[in-house]
Formats: sequence, structure tokens, C-alpha cells
Amino acid sequence: MQAAVLVFPGSNCDRDVAVALRQSTGRTPHMVWHKDSALPADTDLAVLPGGFTYGDYLRVGAIAAHSSIMRDVRERADKGLPVLGICNGFQVLTEAGLLPGALLQNASLRFVCRDVSLRVENASSMFTDGYAEGQTITIPVAHADGNYFVAEDKRRKLEDREQIAFRYCDAKGQVTPESNPNGSVGNIAGVFNKQRTVLGLMPHPERLADPALGGSDGRTMFDSLVTALA
Amino acid sequence: MKARVHVTLKSGVLDPQGKAIHHALSQLGYAGVDNVRAGKVFELDIAESDPEKARERVDRMCRDLLANTVIETYDIELSA
Repeated sequence: MQAAVLVFPGSNCDRDVAVALRQSTGRTPHMVWHKDSALPADTDLAVLPGGFTYGDYLRVGAIAAHSSIMRDVRERADKGLPVLGICNGFQVLTEAGLLPGALLQNASLRFVCRDVSLRVENASSMFTDGYAEGQTITIPVAHADGNYFVAEDKRRKLEDREQIAFRYCDAKGQVTPESNPNGSVGNIAGVFNKQRTVLGLMPHPERLADPALGGSDGRTMFDSLVTALA
Repeated sequence: MKARVHVTLKSGVLDPQGKAIHHALSQLGYAGVDNVRAGKVFELDIAESDPEKARERVDRMCRDLLANTVIETYDIELSA
């Protein structure tokens, strides 16, 4: 599997995610600059990393969503190219219209940086196939704007279509208000597009993809992608 | 023409910043403020003299970039 990591001014998790991708794929990912007009032809997966693209000007992810490379990403995604957006990458994907909803400032107004428990809501996708449905995993979050919002009628549609990938939960897997780090509706931590070929999530799987870092629950996502796309 | 665009969060969307400002106002002794919503203002100078066309153009800009209509509403004021 050949991955491409998009790099914008202000991306800061691009190298971390490249390390995690290389570990799972055995290949060095393409690093693609935002001014480029197209992804390399052999790209099997596009990854939008975390960071603070364009200093979060206007709205988080808004300026990056309109960069030159995103035109090609949108076109290729419409044709089925798998796309993964982590943290700021998730924000960019919602602003680009590739994922539903939007990410608002955390309800607490604080930057939240810690490990959180996630419940795997849907293990039937190329991103989550390696997990078990209902499994509780540990992945860190680090964000000020991770408060997922979608109007109530749309949220019900997301539930019906099984587009919710992960929810914040406690260590026992219970989805509770106390385990919600940012005020997201329905404790939603990650969502798919309708076809489940695009995933966005606020937690950082690349930050727990090696036991030396304290855990490897994040690695399962990259390994799942390799199994699906190799 | 000049256009002034006000962007605010929709009424059902939580506005933690507005809440914090509301709290600060009450700390300063300003009683009787029921609610505060924070927003953004954009001032645009546009090369267009026809108000209808100007409004149409700014409206498109709002939908494309200035506002995220999933969470925000906008309001356009034009002046010569």
C-alpha cells in the first residue's frame, strides 16, 4: 500500500503519521505539499495529518480545505480513493465537504491533551476492520476545537447509516457525559462518509502506534488499511 | 461598493466563547444581560456598483468560504 501524507503550512503531525505508516506498510509515504496540483498516481491512501493549518485562521481547517491539492483529493475521493483525516485533518475534511458536520471550540474552552478511551462503533470498514465492534481502545487527543457538531436530524441519519466510527467512552466502554472530552454531540469522536471510504477522527492513532510510546491501539488502524489496500 | 458581513453561530449551536464573555460581563457588574453570542465581521471592498450583483457575489463568497453554513448564519450589509 502506498500512502500519501498531505503537508500544509502549520501541519505538525505529518512526520509522526509518516513513521506510523512506514511501520505498517513497509514503504515510505509520499509527502505531498499543499501547492501541488495532484497526488502521485500510485497513491492508495491519502492522509491529512494533525496540526494548525494556516494558524486556524477564519475557522479550523477552512483555508486548507480550499488549497490546490484539495481539489484533486476531493475528485479522487469522489471516485473512491480512501482518505484519512486525523485531528486538524478531520477539520479540513468537514470544511471540504468530504465529511458531514463541523468541529467547534471545545465546550470547556480548554485545550485537551490526554489519552482517552474510545468505543469502536463500526468495525466494518477498511480503517477499523482490525478492531472488534464494541471494543474499547486507548488513543490520545490533543485539540482545542474537537467539539463535533451535526444537526439533530443529520445525526440520526449518521446513526442509521452506521457512519459513526468511534465514540468517547469510559475505561469500561460506557459512553457517558463525563467521558466526553470536548462536548461533541453523541460523544462522537470519528465519522465516515456514506461509502466508508473517508474517515475523520479527532484522536491521534499515530501517537499510540508503538509499545515504546505506551501502547499500540492506534497501529491497528494502519494495519487494517494495509490488509484492505495491499 | 463596501460590504459588511456578520457571521454568527446558529441559534442551536453551543457558543462557549459567548458564554465566557457573558460570565465576564456579569463579573463586571453588568446585570440584566440575558445572553451573549460571539461572532465575526468581515469588511469587503468590491469592484461592483450594482447592489444586487454585489449582494449576489458576496452571498456566494459567504457560502464558499466566509461562513460554514453547517454551524453559522450570515448577514450582508451593503453601502456605497
